[in-house]
Amino acid sequence: MGAEKEKKQGEEGGAVIRLGPKILELLSKLGEVELEDVEIEAEELEIWVPTVIPQVIPAQPAPAAVAPPKVLPEKPAEILAAEFKPLTQTYLGRIVEVKIGATRAEGGSRGKVVKIGGEAAPSFYLWEEVPPNPPAISADVFDMEVSLPRALRMHVQDVIGDPAAWAKLAVDKFGADMVTVHLVSTDPLIKNTPPSEAAKTIEKVLQAVDVPIIVGGCGDPKKDAEVFKRVAEVTHGERVMLSSLTLDMAEAGILGDVAKAAKEHGHVVLAFTAMDLNRAKELNRRLYEYLPRDSIVMDLTTAALGYGIEYSFTIHERARLAALGGDVELQHPTSSGSTNAWAAREAWMRLGPEWEPRELRGPIWETITALTLLLAGVDMFMMMHPAAIHTVKEVVKNLLNRGRAKPEEIADWVTVKI
Amino acid sequence: MGEETRKGVRELSPLDIYMLLPKTNCGKCGEKNCMAFAAKVVNREIPIELCTPLVEEEQYKSEYAKLKEILAPAVKEIVIGVGENSIKVGGKLVMYRHEFTYYNPTPIAIDVTDEMPESELMERVKRVEGFTYNYIGRTLKLDMIAIRSTSNDPSKFRYTVEKVAGATRLPLILCTFNPDVMKSALEVIYNRRPLIYAANRNNWRQMAELALMYNCPLAVFGQGDLNLLSSLVKTLLEYGVEDLLLDPGTFPNDGLSETITNFTMIRRNACKGGDRLMGFPLIGVPMTVWLKKDAPKEVLQWKEAYLAAILIARYADLLIMHSLEGWVLLPNVILRFNIYTDPRKPVSVEPGLRIFGSPDENSPVMFTTNYALTYFTVESDIKSANIDCYLIVVDTGGISVESSVAGRILTAQTVADAIKKSGIEEKVKHRYLIIPGLAARLSGEIEELTGWRVLVGPRDSSGIPAFLKERWPPKE
Repeated sequence: MGAEKEKKQGEEGGAVIRLGPKILELLSKLGEVELEDVEIEAEELEIWVPTVIPQVIPAQPAPAAVAPPKVLPEKPAEILAAEFKPLTQTYLGRIVEVKIGATRAEGGSRGKVVKIGGEAAPSFYLWEEVPPNPPAISADVFDMEVSLPRALRMHVQDVIGDPAAWAKLAVDKFGADMVTVHLVSTDPLIKNTPPSEAAKTIEKVLQAVDVPIIVGGCGDPKKDAEVFKRVAEVTHGERVMLSSLTLDMAEAGILGDVAKAAKEHGHVVLAFTAMDLNRAKELNRRLYEYLPRDSIVMDLTTAALGYGIEYSFTIHERARLAALGGDVELQHPTSSGSTNAWAAREAWMRLGPEWEPRELRGPIWETITALTLLLAGVDMFMMMHPAAIHTVKEVVKNLLNRGRAKPEEIADWVTVKI
Repeated sequence: MGEETRKGVRELSPLDIYMLLPKTNCGKCGEKNCMAFAAKVVNREIPIELCTPLVEEEQYKSEYAKLKEILAPAVKEIVIGVGENSIKVGGKLVMYRHEFTYYNPTPIAIDVTDEMPESELMERVKRVEGFTYNYIGRTLKLDMIAIRSTSNDPSKFRYTVEKVAGATRLPLILCTFNPDVMKSALEVIYNRRPLIYAANRNNWRQMAELALMYNCPLAVFGQGDLNLLSSLVKTLLEYGVEDLLLDPGTFPNDGLSETITNFTMIRRNACKGGDRLMGFPLIGVPMTVWLKKDAPKEVLQWKEAYLAAILIARYADLLIMHSLEGWVLLPNVILRFNIYTDPRKPVSVEPGLRIFGSPDENSPVMFTTNYALTYFTVESDIKSANIDCYLIVVDTGGISVESSVAGRILTAQTVADAIKKSGIEEKVKHRYLIIPGLAARLSGEIEELTGWRVLVGPRDSSGIPAFLKERWPPKE
């Protein structure tokens, strides 16, 4: 709905800023993502110079200012040495390591596999531990025409409706570590695509790219269960991740079947719960009946920046600290659907000229949503905008490389001329 | 009360406070008795100073001192500016927000320089003051001006600082490592209690003298060296300067790891390790991205935007930024608002029936949840389109439509209950309920349970006007 409105506004709006592609190119040297014309609205650049009559502010009573310096017996004449000793902690628990994807030697056909988790300290507490695996990114791909905000659509325009081509673009050009194929067309309320056809789509994507694949359902528990079972079968040995398994499936009595299929064919599952650690634990307990612990990743829900991100931030911090503190049922890597950032109207809506261009506002929304949760402990991100994917990858790389700060570089920041 | 006996904010019980109160139940604080007062104090709902006998009477002097000590936050609260134009920085009680709540949302200061043409300077100050964004019923703003001396010329700096001080009441940060330049500006605006930025390994003694002479808070620049930072703090405290802020150094790009590790280690030491030298507010400087001059402007703005966000999430108590672009600042003022909401109280509004415009018995009836953001978004869309309608606000405990459907908090049953309770059945003749698009899954059950016909509305409330135009009144 948003995207359509967007499109309409864009057409009516006339001279629209098209900075997005430019920054993308600069940011990620994506070069080949074809970029549209770059135009800058003139009024953005104009500086309005008013005649300023400085407002006279009555002098405030000095708050005991100019008080005579305190008389101390002896003021230090030299710097008094004090060593900084970081508080270091050891933890009872460790996050299990989960491998997604399988190479030929491992029974699959992937050129690359992705490992997440394995941490024994909170995220980026590098003085305690350098985490064994960097957080990874999976790019979202849809199996049918979907409406997208323009800032997203412009980068995938040519591949919408062709999940294999879209997956290839995401891996080759956006730099995604994995691809999530959302089988939205299987929704009984949309196209009700049968499981066999959905499985074919997944097979096509597996042929198009050599990275691990995540299989996304439509959100209808019964239909997802059917689709997942079928897909699990035809992708035997590929170690795909089924996204996602829920307590709704448990209630419908079909969770066991899906979990069994995942186990039988060697796959990973994403256990989704809505912002509730007790339910997350409950779902994991049910899954333990069928699956080894290293086949479970948790999705604790990602709310967009401005739309409840604080709940997501805090639940991830709590989950991670509890897991490290010894809560076995929470010792799983976590995944964030950071594309949810686009649910925030601030990510795509026209808000007035002072908030433009949306081609930057949208992807920075997604970037900041993901980074906030990265710092709370999330291990993998489902994302969409190429600039956001690129930035999160770069930040992860920089955050994990300690000891590269050059003190002299910031020594004179105060006098820098911009 | 020594270091060993100091309790963390979570271990502190009302009894710990009560034992040190006058225990007269005089009621001057407005509470029924001293125990009720203690409970509110321990929850940081009211300050201990509301107990006037404790503060005023000589006999309670030592108890008052002890209470101040045990209630002191792990990170000292520093005031910059004076009176109603001042801002509190730091004052953090805990390291993780779920342990209690974060106080004093990170102020954002925007820089100006003493070499800017005067018109540009005034324009920039005006833009900082004029920045506002209306978010769930609150106005989000920028907070401070950081004036940098790029000229290193005392008279130029003094002139600029006076100009800026005359044009804005916002609290100020004076930035120069040259004590002579600093002094020349402080002489004219010390009574605004600006933040002196900053003492470093070379100038610390002169800066300390200025901080003492003018009674202004002082920033300490560690430039990435935490031993130096610790040593400078120790020295300055010995020197008699008590109101300190720490800038461990913000390294963008390659140095990001150092930056975040340092901020985190410092906050951990202050909150969990009883390291008093690190118990001061932290300054993050996202504008260090601008040191790399060869990169295009949009790229630096982009980097500054996400660096600021990373610092807000990782313990910065004050930020100094350069970009004034709306798209750079908007995600950061919203992130700051989000992270600093009290996790003990969901951001919600009162459930119940809301009436917009002058609806009659044929007007549309819709529902939404009582998550503040959801509600205010829907409200603003209805109001700006001048729609006459009824809106039932369903109590979901302050959770959004999507999450409350997923979490089974918003169900056909809760909707049915809300309809009954709202009294809407007496207000309209029809039985058509417009439900949020994100709650489409509930349509069947709602129809069964309530007898109302369901019309599935748009997924985003901005689509309400168009939806009504097309679908209301119902055709059948």
